[in-house]
Amino acid sequence: MHQLSMAVFEPGFFASPQVHVAASIGAVVAIVSAVTGVFTVMRGQSFAGHALGDVSAAGGSGALLIGLTPLAGFVGLGIAGAGVMDAIGVQRLRGRDLATGIVLGAAIGLSALFLYLGTTSGSATGATQQILFGSIFTATAGEVTAVAILGALALASLAAIARPLLLATLSPDIAAARGAPVRLTGLLFMLALAVSVGLSALAIGALLSTALLIGPAAAALRVTKTVPGALATACLTGVAATWLGILLAYDSYYWGPGHHSLPVSFFIVAIVFATYLAAGLLAGRSARRQEAVPAAAAAGRDRIAA
Amino acid sequence: MQDGDAVFAGFMINAWATATIVAIVAGVVGYFVVLRGAAFPAHAIPKGAFAGAACASLLGISTLIGLAVFSLLGALAIGTLGRRGRQDVATALALVLMLALGAAFLSLTTQYEPEIYSLLFGQILGVSALGAICIAAIAILYRPLMLSSVVPEIAEANGIRGYRIEIAFLIVVALATTMTVPVTGALLIFSLMIGPPAAARSVTSRPVLAMVLSVAIALVTVWAAIAASYLVNWPIGFFVGTLAALSYGIGRGWATWRRTHTGTRPAAALPRQPATDHA
Repeated sequence: MHQLSMAVFEPGFFASPQVHVAASIGAVVAIVSAVTGVFTVMRGQSFAGHALGDVSAAGGSGALLIGLTPLAGFVGLGIAGAGVMDAIGVQRLRGRDLATGIVLGAAIGLSALFLYLGTTSGSATGATQQILFGSIFTATAGEVTAVAILGALALASLAAIARPLLLATLSPDIAAARGAPVRLTGLLFMLALAVSVGLSALAIGALLSTALLIGPAAAALRVTKTVPGALATACLTGVAATWLGILLAYDSYYWGPGHHSLPVSFFIVAIVFATYLAAGLLAGRSARRQEAVPAAAAAGRDRIAA
Repeated sequence: MQDGDAVFAGFMINAWATATIVAIVAGVVGYFVVLRGAAFPAHAIPKGAFAGAACASLLGISTLIGLAVFSLLGALAIGTLGRRGRQDVATALALVLMLALGAAFLSLTTQYEPEIYSLLFGQILGVSALGAICIAAIAILYRPLMLSSVVPEIAEANGIRGYRIEIAFLIVVALATTMTVPVTGALLIFSLMIGPPAAARSVTSRPVLAMVLSVAIALVTVWAAIAASYLVNWPIGFFVGTLAALSYGIGRGWATWRRTHTGTRPAAALPRQPATDHA
């Protein structure tokens, strides 16, 4: 048993403070992303969820330029971007993709400007790569606290609007007929999404931010039938993928003769992607087994899971 | 570079010509990107194809081959995964998978990221050939593509397979976006593919007119961006990004003004699927 654990956990894994910080920040981000992600996938706003990562990264480089903390830039421009997307019409099925595209195009342009001004004024050169891929291993303990507080805030606002949001997501006509504030909940959701994505993009990079937002939630929605079930499954999947990815990245240093570790983002994304495919297979098999399920129920589920 | 004529001298001619080709391709292909709601794949495919460049530099082969292979794989992955699940989810996951592979390849090479692309600047002949292929493909696909974008049910009834059209279209988008990556960067063509066509569509609902208008707006955008970039010495990408968004804002404003002043329905309201707002 001891030998097995020695083989799985390479020396120093549990003692490394970097691993502690990475594991805790990873878990916090994975949970916030998974919860936000379930709503994002159900509402068909994956593009917005991904784009807000790029938008907030542009804010991060802008903030550095004018001497603010990156966190302010990430969350600030993310919220502004979400507001503009909502104004253009991210809530309408037809205009959604367009609204996100317009904001993303403008943000990418801003980002090019900020990076240019940043590099000509002589600061960080590896900035693009750092912002895109981030590194969960370079996070500090102070960031964990900030991320946890803002993450809790995003989750609390999601919880507050959960009921009308779900109704507006699943049956917008009924929600509108009942006089539920469809438009307002949609806007509040976009703002919560911006905070959540901005946080995760800052903490773990834009790449992992999208992976943890969409992957676990989409996998969970394929295999579960209720929203609480999907939320719990997504959280578990996200945290498990993050921790396993950290472990594998740490261990990968000892694999080859060259002592060259592979990036943690690679492992986490590979696990998340494999989980999504496996969930599809699982859902396909159980759907075939219960062909007798009434068509209406199946259609209702497809609408959530599709 | 001191005198004003330098805007049109030497290497700047290259910039003008490349940008013009890119704007024409973006204006035409972008019309369908906006019509079909394919902005996410148009962003994801060139961005993810960076992994191909990293892989090629690891293997010591041409970056262009790496980009081409990965952008085609990306288009196929999005089309195939999107058939069984949600397309936006499929696109997001295909994108992060490609980026993660790129990060892994990059960690194995010693080359600094921007250098991977740097070999290729100024390949204007290649861009114009690929641009011509994209335009030709759109011309050939025009009718089935238009039908399946606007009225998918009627297209299916006419024997047009939505899935095949989708894959073919994604491949055109992959070609158009990724092949310009080494020359202009992935980001410039994305802005051009969204803003100008969207602006054109809010002014007119006639497809061919909208395409012509979209090319015209895209051309004005890049030309103005090059001139502004030359004058202020800020990156072209910034001007293209903001001007493209601005053109959309003007288009929307124009449509609203016309609606309130003449009482006609806005052109952008060409229905794709009626009564599915808020879904």
